[in-house]
Amino acid sequence: MRLFILSLLMVVGTAYATIDAYEFDDYEKEQRFRALIGELRCPKCQNQNISDSNAGLAKDIKDRAYRLINEGKSNQEITGYMVERYGDFITYRPPMKPSTWFLWFGPFVLTSLAIVILLIRKLKAKPPEPVSVDAAKHKKVEDLLKKLDD
Amino acid sequence: MSRTRLLLFSLPLLAFLVMGYFFLRALNSDPSLLPSTRIDQRVPAFTLPSLMDARAMISEQDVKGPLLLNVWATWCPSCKVEHPVLNELSKNGIRIVGLNYKDVREAAIKYLEFNGNPYQENIYDEAGDLGLDLGVYGAPETFLIDAEGVIRYRHVGVVTPENWRELLWPKWQEMGGKGP
Repeated sequence: MRLFILSLLMVVGTAYATIDAYEFDDYEKEQRFRALIGELRCPKCQNQNISDSNAGLAKDIKDRAYRLINEGKSNQEITGYMVERYGDFITYRPPMKPSTWFLWFGPFVLTSLAIVILLIRKLKAKPPEPVSVDAAKHKKVEDLLKKLDD
Repeated sequence: MSRTRLLLFSLPLLAFLVMGYFFLRALNSDPSLLPSTRIDQRVPAFTLPSLMDARAMISEQDVKGPLLLNVWATWCPSCKVEHPVLNELSKNGIRIVGLNYKDVREAAIKYLEFNGNPYQENIYDEAGDLGLDLGVYGAPETFLIDAEGVIRYRHVGVVTPENWRELLWPKWQEMGGKGP
């Protein structure tokens, strides 16, 4: 049994190794590569980054990114390089420009608007009128309370 | 009801209408269609072998139109659908250059022998390098290239007699292309 589990573990180990086909001579580059392929979106598969995708195109883009990193390009340069080819679609961080302003500022604008409206309502609301009770009623309530206490 | 209250109450309705407009637009648009970033740019520099002759090299200098640059492969089912259309266009004098994309050379040659060859020349892009530089994200794709080697239009998906007539033919004429 133990042998069986051990052999299973070995199978898993090799499967993982084949996924990780990109080798780097320096740790910093590897970290950058991982961050980069997590942020690039696969143009073929709508909503997957190229790190998760098994599409042939995702592999091509990974290969190109790998080459560019080893040529000494920064992540920003590589993202720009890919946007030049595939457009803004390829990055999960949309650039700031007039057509994306709503995307970037919309939530903040709407939240501030809601806060302003709530504040105005709060300030405009009339303070509650003090409750006035005449002496006789007051006396009655006091008596009832006393009764409860006894 | 006071004016400000009316305004306040109409806000949600307004928000609904605005959102509804965008949702309705999203319903009718195909999210898998990406605009090409290469429009009005030159065909990127490349040097790749010809499909038919591995020793003959093709470069961007050879891709000057007016011509159609058609991205295809034997593994692409939609390419089989548009192949007869390309054959027809070629017969009518439209110049078509093929970009054989991530394919196997022997299979591609056999495919052309069997289905007819509408391509004046075929670029053999085994690794998909030129494809990546062109922003190709699937096959088939068809680029309209003018006489200066500038990309004028990209069509994603199958070329059909209908979209050739209505969409591509006017663009083809616009960039000085002749034909039927």
